Amino acid sequence: MTAPLPISLHVNGERVEAQVLPRLNLADFLREHLKLTGTHVGCEHGVCGACTVRVDGEIVRSCLTLSVQAHGAFVETIEGLSDSGEIADLQEAFRERNALQCGFCTPGMLIAAQDLLKQESDPDRAQIREHLSGNYCRCTGYQAIVDAVEKTARMRRERKP
Amino acid sequence: MKASAFSYARATSIGNAIELLVAHGERAKVLAGGQSLMPAMNLRLLAPEWIVDIGGLSELRGISVNGGRITIGALTRHADLLRSTEVAAHAPLLAEATAHIAHPAIRNRGTIGGSLAHADPASELPACMVALDAIIIVRGAAGERRIPATEFFTGVYETTLSAAELLVAIELPAASRNSAHFFGEFARRHGDYAIVGLTAQGIVDNDGLNELRAVFFGVSDRPQPAKATASLIKTAVTPASLAQALEALGEELDPPEDQQANGAMRRHLAKVLLAQCVSKLLDRPELGAGGRP
Repeated sequence: MTAPLPISLHVNGERVEAQVLPRLNLADFLREHLKLTGTHVGCEHGVCGACTVRVDGEIVRSCLTLSVQAHGAFVETIEGLSDSGEIADLQEAFRERNALQCGFCTPGMLIAAQDLLKQESDPDRAQIREHLSGNYCRCTGYQAIVDAVEKTARMRRERKP
Repeated sequence: MKASAFSYARATSIGNAIELLVAHGERAKVLAGGQSLMPAMNLRLLAPEWIVDIGGLSELRGISVNGGRITIGALTRHADLLRSTEVAAHAPLLAEATAHIAHPAIRNRGTIGGSLAHADPASELPACMVALDAIIIVRGAAGERRIPATEFFTGVYETTLSAAELLVAIELPAASRNSAHFFGEFARRHGDYAIVGLTAQGIVDNDGLNELRAVFFGVSDRPQPAKATASLIKTAVTPASLAQALEALGEELDPPEDQQANGAMRRHLAKVLLAQCVSKLLDRPELGAGGRP
């Protein structure tokens, strides 16, 4: 039916029930329905990475995911990762190293970088570049972003006994 | 842009999905991971009236090895292929190629069946299926069809899959002890669609290349097996014979021009890749320059 469908999901730990049109993508659902505007909408065809969120623990493009496909899922957005303190050190490293300027790509960049850091405690610069290859930044030239991710990885390794 | 409005049906079983496809025919599109379909819909290149979402059909997911054959369910994601020890052991070409498909966030949702049914001539998996001599298994109301990958792809975004059939799995022969493979592509950015790519599976023994299935992508409207490699089989490859084969390859290919590259550049890059391929498979670094001194 082109009529609204009921969905039920968790967003940043809170249960959400909604009625959505099938065509509504997850990015627009988060932004328009839940007012979680940290998820950015750039290219709307999966190229730029600004809409990156986590679904069931894995990063995905929310512009290429229908909100009806997120029925029953656990969705985490930049607001969730930021409020929980999970990426406080990564955010600090981005600020210190000027790894953002306009900030449009930053939420997606942070989520993609955190995804790498969870899988790999000591990534080299090539691995960092490869993992972030799906996220466009038009301000920084990427060097500072790679620096910030590299530094965060180092700090986390040093903090561990 | 946003996708235009459509009706949505969540398939409850493979049979139910086929019933929905039979009912809606050309007006419906199957949604698997959505990593090719959703961009096309957001760009309004496609505006199906019905979306049949098969994402919940867990019976279409998974990788199994049986009697020298590997079966991969259509909903197996690129990320699953990359993590699979079975794929690494029995289809190393597929593992290597998958690392070149898009980016981590796309690989977490994109599926092998979706990529094959979409049949983008510049994507990696269709060419790999041809190189690996895969069988594409599709199911419709009348039962199952097993289609050789060599016959499955018929044009840009075109296959022999009918609108009322569902791609359910692919089946590959497991790599043998003498199997060797090569994968290479040129793209502007890691993970982007290839300007030109080459995927090859062969058998190498003391006498050299005993068998080679070298398939190009990005040079035609479908995966294109290279005929020019025939002259390199079961013979001692010399810089001169390789140079001849590359010359023949150049004549055989008629690559398209687009904003990324013209035909001549694609033809040149294809020759570079084939030289790298032969050099790697024979473990002869001196051939990597394509027979030029």
